[in-house]
Amino acid sequence: MTPLTCYLLVAALLFAIGLAGALIRRNAILVLIGIELMLNAANLNLIAFWRYGPHPELLTGMIFAIFSIAVAAAEAAVGLALVIHIHRHTKTTYLDQINRMKG
Amino acid sequence: MNIAFYVSAVLTLAGALASVLLKNKVHCALALTVAFTGLAFLFLNLNAQFAGFAEIMVYVGAVAILVVFAILLIKGSETPLHGAFSRSWPIGATIAAGIFALLGWAVIESASHLPKNTPTHAVTVDQIGQALVYRYVLPLEVVAILLTVALIGAVIIALHEDGRTQ
Repeated sequence: MTPLTCYLLVAALLFAIGLAGALIRRNAILVLIGIELMLNAANLNLIAFWRYGPHPELLTGMIFAIFSIAVAAAEAAVGLALVIHIHRHTKTTYLDQINRMKG
Repeated sequence: MNIAFYVSAVLTLAGALASVLLKNKVHCALALTVAFTGLAFLFLNLNAQFAGFAEIMVYVGAVAILVVFAILLIKGSETPLHGAFSRSWPIGATIAAGIFALLGWAVIESASHLPKNTPTHAVTVDQIGQALVYRYVLPLEVVAILLTVALIGAVIIALHEDGRTQ
């Protein structure tokens, strides 16, 4: 196996673990953790393809990953603020108990 | 593949698995920092120093702390009555396993078509800075606006609704 294949397999496993976390947990915060893991798996793919791709001097994958990290940070801040707000409204963070649209 | 790759890959995957499967939320957040640290080691292993240190600063330093803050701000962090996992967890686990099987099959099948360039030179922070302010200056400004908007939005969302309780 080439190094790139190894990195892609690790990223695929990390994505699957993150997806499982987003699908099977009941707590909204832990679902957000799963989403963060999936985003990081994508970042690992970007960096690996940049490193072993034909034109590493163009820095495309690296810059893409940096922007993706910035967007993920913004997403985490807004997502956790939303979870805190929902908890204040409904007194719960368990997603199966948040089952009405009206505030 | 060198030993550093295996160590950091095992660290990442073990941390990710623990953060998904542990019952206590605080333990999940701690396992998440382990996963992010392992991922930063993987980036360093790929000779992407800047991305590795950005990963440590943003994820280990900020996102994990935010998660811990959210967990501690929300009362009742004990394990709930109905368990930490949703009732439909076998379906979710099956979907995740299926996605991994699909991705793994795609990677193994296309292994011969993947680029095989060997890494040539290390990229300095100098070059990344040049690229950011010349070629990618517009996305950089957009990300700056996005971060500002997200920061203000997060504060406004998390504020109390009625002015009395502030």
